[in-house]
This record gives sequence, C-alpha cells and structure tokens, in this order.
Amino acid sequence: MTNRPSLQVNLMFGGEAGQGLQTLGLVLARALRGGGLHVFAVNEFMSRIRGGSNSLVLRAADSPVRSPSDRIDCCVLLDSDALPRLADRLGEESLLVGDPALFSSEQGVTPLPLKELSKQAGGAVFGNSIVCGFILRMLGWELAPLNTALAHTFSDAQIQEKNRRAAQLGWEYAENLAGRFPLPLDQQAHNRLLLDGSQVVALGAVAGGCNFISSYPMSPATGVLIHLARLAADHGIVVEQAEDEISAVNMGIGAWYAGARALVSTSGGGFDLMGEGLSLAGIMELPLVIHIAQRPGPGTGLPTRTEQGDLEIARYSGHGEYPRAILAPGSPEEAYDCARHAFTMADASQSPVLLLTDQYLLDSLYDIETLPLPHEPPKSEIVATEANYERYAASATGLSPRGVPGLGQGFVCVDSDEHDAQGRITEDFDTRVAMVDKRMAKGRLLETSLALPPRLYGPQLYHTLLISWGSTGPTIEEALKQLALPEVALLHCTQVYPLPQEMAAYLERAKRIIVVENNATGQFARLLRAETGCTIDDQWLKYNGLAFSVEEIIASLRKEGGNE
Amino acid sequence: MSEHVWVKNDCDIAWCPGCGNHGILNILGKTLAALQLPPQTTVLVSGIGQAAKIPQYCNTHFFNGLHGRALPPATAIKASNPGLTVIAESGDGDMYGEGGNHFLHCIRRNPNITNIVHNNMVYGLTKGQASPTSQQGFTTPLQIDGVVAEPFNPLTVAIALKASFVARAYVGNPEQTQAILQAAIKHKGYALVDILQPCVTFNKHNTYQWFKEHTQSLPEDHDPTDQLQAFARAGEAEQLYLGIFYRQEKPVFEEQLVAYQADKRPLFQRQLDPDKLAASMQAMG
Repeated sequence: MTNRPSLQVNLMFGGEAGQGLQTLGLVLARALRGGGLHVFAVNEFMSRIRGGSNSLVLRAADSPVRSPSDRIDCCVLLDSDALPRLADRLGEESLLVGDPALFSSEQGVTPLPLKELSKQAGGAVFGNSIVCGFILRMLGWELAPLNTALAHTFSDAQIQEKNRRAAQLGWEYAENLAGRFPLPLDQQAHNRLLLDGSQVVALGAVAGGCNFISSYPMSPATGVLIHLARLAADHGIVVEQAEDEISAVNMGIGAWYAGARALVSTSGGGFDLMGEGLSLAGIMELPLVIHIAQRPGPGTGLPTRTEQGDLEIARYSGHGEYPRAILAPGSPEEAYDCARHAFTMADASQSPVLLLTDQYLLDSLYDIETLPLPHEPPKSEIVATEANYERYAASATGLSPRGVPGLGQGFVCVDSDEHDAQGRITEDFDTRVAMVDKRMAKGRLLETSLALPPRLYGPQLYHTLLISWGSTGPTIEEALKQLALPEVALLHCTQVYPLPQEMAAYLERAKRIIVVENNATGQFARLLRAETGCTIDDQWLKYNGLAFSVEEIIASLRKEGGNE
Repeated sequence: MSEHVWVKNDCDIAWCPGCGNHGILNILGKTLAALQLPPQTTVLVSGIGQAAKIPQYCNTHFFNGLHGRALPPATAIKASNPGLTVIAESGDGDMYGEGGNHFLHCIRRNPNITNIVHNNMVYGLTKGQASPTSQQGFTTPLQIDGVVAEPFNPLTVAIALKASFVARAYVGNPEQTQAILQAAIKHKGYALVDILQPCVTFNKHNTYQWFKEHTQSLPEDHDPTDQLQAFARAGEAEQLYLGIFYRQEKPVFEEQLVAYQADKRPLFQRQLDPDKLAASMQAMG
C-alpha cells in the first residue's frame, strides 16, 4: 500500500517552444494556489528558441508536493508532435485532450477545439487561458481563482479582460468533464509564495547580503543573474554581464577584496574556466561565492536538462591546496538557506564556497510557506586597518583580520604569489610552510561551526540508509512518506564538502548504505568512501537528463524490499 | 609629497639592472606624489610578469592577481568603491595577450581607472619569447625563424573602440611620461597609457638607442578629439609617436550602475534592509 496524497491531480502540457508553456504553467499554478492547493511544476524543454517539443508537468494537491511524478492524470496536447513525443510518459489512466484539427478521436484524444475557440477569443495568444479555464472546470471549480491569477499576471486591463473571456470559453467547453478530477476549493487568502528555484537562489543571495554579481550567461544559471538584475535597484546590487567566465570570477574576487559580497553564477562549462580564479581566491584568502547550476555534460552536453554531474569538478577544480565548501540544496527552502549561508560561510572562513544546484531545481516552480528573513542584516567581518596592518598575520585559527582598501590607515596587499604576512612575494621555505598551514587550518571551520549538518528523515533505528544530496532529496522523501518502511531512512546532505562532522556517526549506524544520484558514476558515493572509508552497498543512478520521479524511487525501494 | 611616500626603499627588486621598469617605477612614484593622492585610497592592480611586480615596490594597497586578469578585478574594485583611485598595471603579454578579451571589454565599459602597460615587445619572466607586440621577424629561442604574426597595436584598437583616453609614452622621456601619466590618472574614464620600455636582457633589437631613433612626440597641432587623425598617427609603424592620441569624455561605468543611483556609499558600508527583502519576496511570489 502506498499513502499517496488523498487528493491530487497531475497535469501535463506538451507544446512547442514559443507557445508560452511557462506562462501557462505560472498562471495555472497561481490560480490553483489561489484556490488553496499546493502546486509544483517541472519544466522540461529543448535547447531552442522556437519549435521543438517541450513539456510542463504541474502537480496540484491538498498537501505539499515536491517531486516529479510519472503518473499523468490529464495531458493537454498543444501541438501535433506532443502525442508521439510524450506517449511513453502517458498511461491508461491519462486523459488526453487536444484539438480535433490535430488529433482524431481514434487516437483517444478528447476534443478541445483550441484553434477555433482562440479565434473567437481574439487570437492564438489566448489559447493558454482557454486551457486554464478548461482545467478549472475539470477540477469542479468556478473561474474566480483564475481571474485573480490573470489580474496578477497581466497588468493591462484590456488584455486581462480578453484572457478572462478566453478562460470562460474554455470553462464552458469542459461542461461534460466538469468535476472529473475533483479538488477542494478554498478561497481564503493564501500568502504562500510561488517561486522557481532561480528566484529562490537570488532571494537567498540577497538575504546573505549579496550586493555584487558578475556572470556570463549560461543555461541554467542565467535565471539567478536575471533575478538579481531585477532586484538590483531595490537592494543596491552591482550587476555586470562579464565578457567571459574568467572575467566574471576575477571581478567577483576583486569585489570581495574591495568589501563587496559578490556572487558568480555559472554552469559546469563556465565553471571549468573559473578554476584558476577559484585557486586565486584560495591563496589570497578572499571569500567568494560561486553558484554552479548543473546540466548534463561533458562539453555542451544537454544544455537545458538536468544532472548532478559536477560535484567532482566543484571538489577538485583549481590547482593547489586550499579549503573550500560545497553546498547542495534540495528543496527551495534549502536553496534559499544555502544561498544565504554561503555568504556567511565564505566571509567567516575567507574561503570560496560553491553552491551546487541543477536545472531541475532552478526551473521548477514551487509553492512555499515562507522564507525566513535574517534576524540581523548580514555583515562582513572586516576591520579598519592600523598603519602597520598585515593582511596575513599569523593566528591560531588561520584567520587574519580582513581589511579593505579605504577603511583605516594600513595597506591591504593581496598576492597570487606565495607571500609573507604583509602580502608581499616571498620564496622563503619556512614562510611557505607557515602560509600553507595557515590556509588549511581555516578548513576546520567549514566542517564544524560553519557546517550545515545532514538531515535524517525516517526512523532513527534504520537498517538501510539512503543517502541523497541536492535536488534528489525531496523526491526520495516523498517516496518514503508513501511507503512508510519501518527500517529505511534517508540522510539528506546539503553540505557535501567538507563532510560535516556529524556524518560519520550516521554512516556507522547503517547496515546497508545506498547512495542515490542524478549522474552516471556515483560521484558523492566516491567522495563518501574517500573521506570516511565507509562501504557503499548500492547506488541508484539516473543520467538521461531528467530528474528521478517519485515512482522510480518507489520501484527501487520495492525491489530493495524484495532483496532483503 | 615626495615620491618616497610611494616607492618602497627597503625591498629587493627583481628587475635586471638597466631594465626600463626601474624608470617606470620612478616616474610612477613622482606622478602619484605630484597628484597628492593619499596612498590609503589608491589601489594598484596587476597581473603576472616582470612589469606586474611593480606594486610589490610601492607603499599602497595592491591586488597582484592572475596573469592577464588585472582589468576585471580593477573594474570590480572601482565598482565596489568608486572613491578609490584604481590603477591597473602590467606588461604587454599580460594585458594584450592573455588578457586581450578583458582589454577590449574594459574599454567598452569605461570604468574610471588608469591602465598602464609596460610594453617591451618581449616576454621577460618566461625568458624571451615573443609578445603580442613583438615586431615581425623578431627572433627568439621559440620563434627561431622570427615572428610571423602582425604585431598587436594597442593604440589603434583602443582608438577604434573610442577609448576615453589613449596615450603612448617612452620611459626614456621621463618628464613627458610623467605629464601623460598625470593627465591619465586625472582623466575621468578609462585611460590607456602604453609605455615603451627596453628589455635589456631578452630584446636586443628594441634597445634604448632603437627607441630614441624611432620615437617622436605627436605634432603640436595634433587634435586628440579627432578620432581618424588619432587612428592614422597611432598606426604609423616607422615612427612611433608619443603623447595623448585620443581623448573623449563619456559616462563612466560605475556611475551608471543602478546600485549608485540612490546611494553613493561604497558597498562595504551598506547593509541589507530585511523589510525590502520581504517586499521583494511578495512581489516575486
């Protein structure tokens, strides 16, 4: 038996790039949230501006939903390619809806004459609102929440009105399907936020005091750059599109040097170009936050799909030895918190911190109860310098007080060459050893006081421990919630390097360890083995460019149960 | 103010005796002293190479970063604290070779920084290979049969991009070089000063004597607002003109940033306003 949320509907929409699937998803999600439901939407698209075949899966339920599902209750086919392309993902339970001009009734497609109704509504651009009206009728709803969502989405009153009329046409056409997927409508005010992962990362960065971003556009990292540009006026953020990733990272480092709190957003290929810069932050002991939005590689790979394939490049990029931290959020709440904490961590440890997300997390739309505001505004640990200031003065923790130019009487001298306490070039062997030891000592902070501990979900007394990092966490959690297995728990890691000191005890208590990753070779499993010496009993891996679905994890868990 | 405020007198200088870098260090110290700039608000940014060691010998803030990457941090430092005087200084290999893309785009951005390039037409620190500005036919241990590629002309490139200040100087003319540097640092906007200097160890062709014979000041009637005239004179290969080729006032990068429209304070003096963050969340969500 599984404990699926009692009331839910999973809707799929298939169409071409340029048809506005994302807007459709946003308007519908706003309407469903307005009606009191929890929503979650996954965008899946091809790397092209027009044409191709894209899809959107929107889940709505009376309890929170946070993972992709393979069960599709209703699929709306917006172009003729959608059916052959999505056929594999549809089941017998799926109600297909499409324009009779494109699909015959022998194909099992319930007619929605979109072209004809759009003409009545005033043009093809109103097709999405017709679909939304149609869907709301199938839930047994009136149009009020949709009209509110349209008012929220379109500022022009005339456009709003035309969309309302289009929605009405769709709603009327669904008369025979009214209440086919009944869901409760609760019209009291809902303050839950509806945000995609990129927005959440951008807000988390602002919460962390980010006031500078330099980046080169690259999918799927560009969203964070764009959202920070939109927030720049209100929050005083310097935003610059760099000429390349090398410039972006070197600007970020220069900004931290001058007292800014800088972010650099990129994807794997762009991050490859930043390796030398990362190493520069290491020797200069400057804080730095880099957001790495993972997509499948190698090379250009699948630019618009998802993967967790860049953990090892995050861990090992940049020559030489110096401490770093890698954070990998799963849920939007974690993405906000990790983005915020990355700035605290980088500043307090004077070290680079890498925030690893992926296309699936960034492009998915979530409803979120609340994102906590910082109790106190974040503040950089910088000092006004004295005349004899030494940037790299020796200390027990490895940290030296950080000055910035223009604050105090001393000179802040930072160098990519090995340097003495003043920051000036030296080739003295004893100084070299002292400086390496000083830099490495700071790493201790990253695994103790500054670390984000892993989170256990499920029974404390587990036999089998599933381990997730990043975006796979919420999906595994939902699968475990549905199966409620007495001896299987999930350890979800948001800090993947260095491993927080709590990790070892969790691993030791497990009889069987399974690491679940969205990559082909098990990069986190390899890191766990290397760092702890633990035995990994199994790995569940997926690397076709899509995230795990909850059904896939359930199937693996059932198979696992059969093995025992 | 004496140049000794700026130039350290207690350090072990890594340049060869007779190297043009000594002269540039001396002129830079005099220039900064003449401008009465406080060292506490001046930042020297450099890359890697012999020229890039110049901040090591100065009493001021410095950021001695990666090879070819002086201009991005220099731009970011200025954008994070516009009150600082920022000078990005490195050699021809660093600025025009490894950092060529940053050179182009820094000119386009026009931050109010000064870009000093020690141009000796050879790689010194890596022991004598060709640089982007080496002349065709110049032989080196690596370019055994001589340099084939067309030399990079930083001035014509900068003038084509309408850089807001473009000048060339020669270290053998210290007074003129100091006057150009003073004008460049005072100029509001990106200012390029390409300083010709001999490398006494690895460039036996472009010597002090060669530069003496191949350089001359721009004609008295040179009009630095005339882009085509500047371009033509910067392109002269036989006689290398010295002076300010091109100058154009235009809006500077950091002043146009939205972050400084309502608040002129440097970024390190600012704090997040949690109420504004709450408002942003609601507006987005």
